[in-house]
Amino acid sequence: MTVLSARGLGKKYKRCWALTGCTLDVPAGHVTGLVGPNGAGKSTLLGLAAGMLAPSSGTIEVCGGVPGSGPAQLAKVGFVAQNAPVYANLTVEEHLRLGARLNPGWDDGLARARIARIGLDPALAAGKLSGGQRAQLALTLGIAKRPELLLLDEPVASLDPLARREFLQDLMEAVAEHGLSVVMSSHLVADLERVCDRLVVLVDSRVRIAGEVDDLLATHRRLTGPRRDVDTLPGDQQVVSVRHTDRQTTVLVRTEAPILDPSWDVGELDLEDLILAYLTNPGAGRPGLEVVR
Amino acid sequence: MIEFHLDGRSGLSPYQQLVRQVRHALRLGLLHEGDQLPKVKDVVADLAINPNTVLKAYRELEHDGLVAARPGVGTFVTATLAGTSLTALAPLRQDLRRWLAKARRAGLDEEGIEALFLTTFRSASREDIA
Amino acid sequence: MTWLTWRQLRFPVLSVYGALALAGVVLAASRPARGPFGDQELLYMGSLLAVLLLPAVLGVFWGVPMITRELETGTHNLVWNQSVTRSRWLAVKLGIGLPAAAVAAGVLSLVVSWWADPIDTAAGLDTERSFEPRVTPLVFAVRGIAPIGYAAFAFVLGIAVAILVRRTVTAMAVTLVVYAAVQLAVPLAVRPHVLPPVGESVTLTARTIAGIQTEPGPDGDVPESLKVFTPAGAWVLANETVDANGAAVRPLPAAVGHCLPPAQTDPITLPELDRIRACFAGLDDLGYRQHLAYQPASRFWPLQWAELALYLALAALVTWFCFRRLRTLS
Repeated sequence: MTVLSARGLGKKYKRCWALTGCTLDVPAGHVTGLVGPNGAGKSTLLGLAAGMLAPSSGTIEVCGGVPGSGPAQLAKVGFVAQNAPVYANLTVEEHLRLGARLNPGWDDGLARARIARIGLDPALAAGKLSGGQRAQLALTLGIAKRPELLLLDEPVASLDPLARREFLQDLMEAVAEHGLSVVMSSHLVADLERVCDRLVVLVDSRVRIAGEVDDLLATHRRLTGPRRDVDTLPGDQQVVSVRHTDRQTTVLVRTEAPILDPSWDVGELDLEDLILAYLTNPGAGRPGLEVVR
Repeated sequence: MIEFHLDGRSGLSPYQQLVRQVRHALRLGLLHEGDQLPKVKDVVADLAINPNTVLKAYRELEHDGLVAARPGVGTFVTATLAGTSLTALAPLRQDLRRWLAKARRAGLDEEGIEALFLTTFRSASREDIA
Repeated sequence: MTWLTWRQLRFPVLSVYGALALAGVVLAASRPARGPFGDQELLYMGSLLAVLLLPAVLGVFWGVPMITRELETGTHNLVWNQSVTRSRWLAVKLGIGLPAAAVAAGVLSLVVSWWADPIDTAAGLDTERSFEPRVTPLVFAVRGIAPIGYAAFAFVLGIAVAILVRRTVTAMAVTLVVYAAVQLAVPLAVRPHVLPPVGESVTLTARTIAGIQTEPGPDGDVPESLKVFTPAGAWVLANETVDANGAAVRPLPAAVGHCLPPAQTDPITLPELDRIRACFAGLDDLGYRQHLAYQPASRFWPLQWAELALYLALAALVTWFCFRRLRTLS
């Protein structure tokens, strides 16, 4: 089952494409990390999925419906926008009331328990909360709505390490308890490595690679050896990045098969290396780098 | 009951680290047959990691015959690694000591020994998989 | 949604209604019973300004921030992602704000109309020359039911501009300018033609002439235009001299110069009167007549209803536009 399915999805602002040709399937029950440099289209993709934006081309289907198409559809998808906006002049208590009144599936017990555990004063105006508390309040609204899919745009960017950890703990707990699917964008690879089991890398408004983190790690290898031309590599090895010194060649390849050439010293990659390789080599590699599902 | 932790610099993925920590605990006698592994929900809330990661680690341990899941109750240890290995440990250590002395006589310093051991160990284990 | 909208709008609504209550008390305590009304000029002008400005205030300070504050703080991202469509979000905002605005303007207009009724009656009978009759543009806009339409229009205009412009201060300024432009255009270009004005052709005689405007020339005063008496309490749209073909005459023929009463003789002597009469008879022979077009005082209520309908229709149009644009707003 997929919670998000995009076909040739694109979004144009004025004359500039923020996202082009995005074809993507996100299966249910996973936490998918969305990474990419600033302006790569992460927020645009999330906005399209939430129905905040209308696509300029292609189609997107979320939880089996058109994003933002009606109350039933909105109830299925939660979205916490960048900087976790809340009403500054409404109290925490009033935010819970807002959630209860605007969502038929509202889980008031869950919301109140969370607020109590985080230690937010219900009578405090949301404008007086710290960045971390605000993010927690926004996440509470998103989780207590009991959506099938929760979209988070840079949820931890403004948080200190402690608040970040607490936020992710709560998020993962909700995933474990309610079988929630999550798509979240973040720059913090260390966090993504912990919480995400799937990854989508966006570069230059396009999906560079998408798949399960463990699969990606298992199929990418760093080959180091005497200097040579990468065109001589076997056809099933897709080159992600190449670096030469006068004596040595370092290639990052993606392959399903084991590396048999004994002249290579084969190394494994961690997630950060892998992501950076794709971010720093947006166009490199041979064509045919299709999306892994 | 054991407590998991994650090491960002271990070079292992979170699920591999969980598997390794359980195996370590079994080997060192920290976990016995019948002991319960931490609940998925607790590990998730504790470490802020993806529940699928924990499930995957537990599934792998189950596949190895070390633990068994009882639906609705939890995951319990069903085998132990300590008994078999302790007896075999002494002669192996003896061999390794001898090899280390040989390596030093051949002029290798500590760093050299470590590099040689690790590369050989890795390539050997890869050949096993392949 | 209703709770949230009321929670956001209650301070502006309560403050405006509080100010209205205060104004009501002041006006009730000072209502003039009979003339002369010279000493009421300050309150008269004050109440006129209040009714004139209230719709603009509602559009600028209720309508605009209702939308821009959400867009500027990003809370639209929060509220549009609850299980409520953005159309419903806007519908509830309109459903609460629009009646509140219309009632505020209606109540103020009602109170001011009641307070000024003795003055308006006097002005309508032409017994109080320093006040305009209520069918004339300036007074018309601050009496009766028209202000309800103005408030409704200004409020949705504020929302529409806010959706287009997205920034509070800019949207406030644009709303004010557009509203002022419409408020000027309607009495100048639309209202005179809503009901066809009453046209009259008045014979020029010494009796019908109310005055002759003159301009100082090299050889004494030169007549500029003739004015005839108009019906009491009417909104006069045209009072001009036309020739036999019905075309407006400008400048007046030199013969009119002979119709001027002597400069400083008072009372007018009989021979002078004969001269003036003969002069007007001469003009009449030449085919000159006075064309008069006006909206009589009796048309006040029909025009009020038409004005209300016009502004409500405008408001409906703008509302439709708001919902249309809302779909692509982000």
